[in-house]
Amino acid sequence: MQTYLDFEKPVAQLAERVAELRETAAEGAVNIDAEIGRLEAKADRLLRDTYRQLNAWQKTQVARHPNRPHFKHYVDALATDFVPLAGDRNFGEDRAILGGLATLNGRRVMLIGHEKGDDTASRLRHNFGMAKPEGYRKAVRLMELASRFGLPLVTIVDTAGAFPGIQAEERGQAEAVARSIETCLSLRVPFVAVVTGEGGSGGALAIAAANRVLMLEHAVYSVITPEGCASILWRTADRAPDAADAMRMTATDLEGLGVIDRIVPEPLGGAHRDHAATVRAVGEAIGAELDALCTKSGRELRDERRAKFLRMGG
Amino acid sequence: MSWLDRVRNSIPFIAKRETAENLWHKCGKCGSMVFVKEWEDNLNVCPRCDHHDRIGPRRRFAQLFDSGRYQLMAEPIVAEDPLRFRDTKRYTDRLKAARAATRERDAFQNARGCIGGREAVVGVQSFAFMGGSMGAAVGAAFVVGAREALQHRCPYVVVTAAGGARMQEGILSLMQMARTAVAVSQLKDAGLPFLVILSDPTTGGVTASYAMLGDVHLAEPGALIGFAGQRVIEQTIREKLPEGFQRAEYLLEHGMVDAVVHRKDLAGTLAQLIAYLSPREREAA
Repeated sequence: MQTYLDFEKPVAQLAERVAELRETAAEGAVNIDAEIGRLEAKADRLLRDTYRQLNAWQKTQVARHPNRPHFKHYVDALATDFVPLAGDRNFGEDRAILGGLATLNGRRVMLIGHEKGDDTASRLRHNFGMAKPEGYRKAVRLMELASRFGLPLVTIVDTAGAFPGIQAEERGQAEAVARSIETCLSLRVPFVAVVTGEGGSGGALAIAAANRVLMLEHAVYSVITPEGCASILWRTADRAPDAADAMRMTATDLEGLGVIDRIVPEPLGGAHRDHAATVRAVGEAIGAELDALCTKSGRELRDERRAKFLRMGG
Repeated sequence: MSWLDRVRNSIPFIAKRETAENLWHKCGKCGSMVFVKEWEDNLNVCPRCDHHDRIGPRRRFAQLFDSGRYQLMAEPIVAEDPLRFRDTKRYTDRLKAARAATRERDAFQNARGCIGGREAVVGVQSFAFMGGSMGAAVGAAFVVGAREALQHRCPYVVVTAAGGARMQEGILSLMQMARTAVAVSQLKDAGLPFLVILSDPTTGGVTASYAMLGDVHLAEPGALIGFAGQRVIEQTIREKLPEGFQRAEYLLEHGMVDAVVHRKDLAGTLAQLIAYLSPREREAA
């Protein structure tokens, strides 16, 4: 069942009309194939036009879409082999960040990513993709493992942010995020990050300070959620659309600012409408980036990554 | 303050009138009225309740460097308002207002001098300047301070104070977390100590980058230090926060800082640490 976003209402209405007509046609009364075809073409056109000019706030809705492909979809479709690794060896296992050894198109890598879950039970198990300190400490552990054994690192970034809670603070959420960023910048292996949904602040950057940062066409990446920004600067969360626009958080904006390196196009109507095509496109982009990075030495990779982030903001 | 006082105070060569406002300081915590002179001699700490008031870069430099002598470093120039950001006000107007109010260029300044007879570079974040928030200017200044320490092969000491990232610079403010982390790594690779003094308040993206990457973390008593804001946490978990949550003493209890140090002991403690951690002169091989 397709979940329609607010701004997709006209498309939803057309789809509903098509479904009704199909039912009528199935009853065999009249031949209305031509009419159905016409309506479907119209719906496609409408969807294309809508998605061509999404504003930042609409993209935020798309990036958070419950049916958007998540970490496990990427693993299932891209990894011919996957050995999940768990735990921070210190406190616990945080399922908001998953990781493991993976074979992508014949290449052995370390794959780490946020997992939001896609039904109530799994969302709770993955804490909606909001990691606690142990999640970031696990990420650090796996990144260091990758660096030590010469495995390229690939991360899938999709989180509203690091979890804000009492226990998370007690266990040093800030320190865990900081250490994770520091680790990203010290690795001596190729490192590609893909922002596939929400790139939520420090919780995203903690696994995204990569040699090459890719972003899906309708993904967003920002220092704070539009709601958070609006409630601080406009003193009401209702101004989130304005905040989203002002913060320049879309893939095109970020490419222009030199913060990301490549935009991966999404299928018509967004990644949630075609998982297979989305995942394939992401897989191909990762492969191409790794091909280029794998020719460099560990030291070069680390130094280039550091130099890139040292320049950010002029 | 009336408009007349505001104008008078903004003109440096007109002597300030000795009003009650100038003579007395009211403690923000216990409400005691203290002679400004007495309060300043006490390093802007309330002599009645020990409340550590927020202080800016100049005062901090004067308190930390030997005999209050130091050399202020030039602040790097960065592209201003890269996003042409506007909320209820233009970002450029907010910058102008902050500059007029603080007479600082942005929220981070560096100085070089001696602490306990040994050379050190000290960076101080200014909470008075847009909540100490970290944008490209703060990130760039941090990098400049670290580079100066690298050049002189001396420790880099940073006093943090910030509400977090500067939202008006959007994603570029987030990137300053990575940028400053690189500068810290370079100090560590060079074998130089990076010492952090957490002052009130230090939260958000600043805590989640250089503030928590120090070789040693000192915190001023009562300082609010954390990742997420208290309101955000309360809204997320829907329960009251425990007493003293995210205060310096709480962080000490939870292993996030090495010591909570009274302001009067800060310079001395730093001198001790620097004596242990300063890079030793290499013996001729």
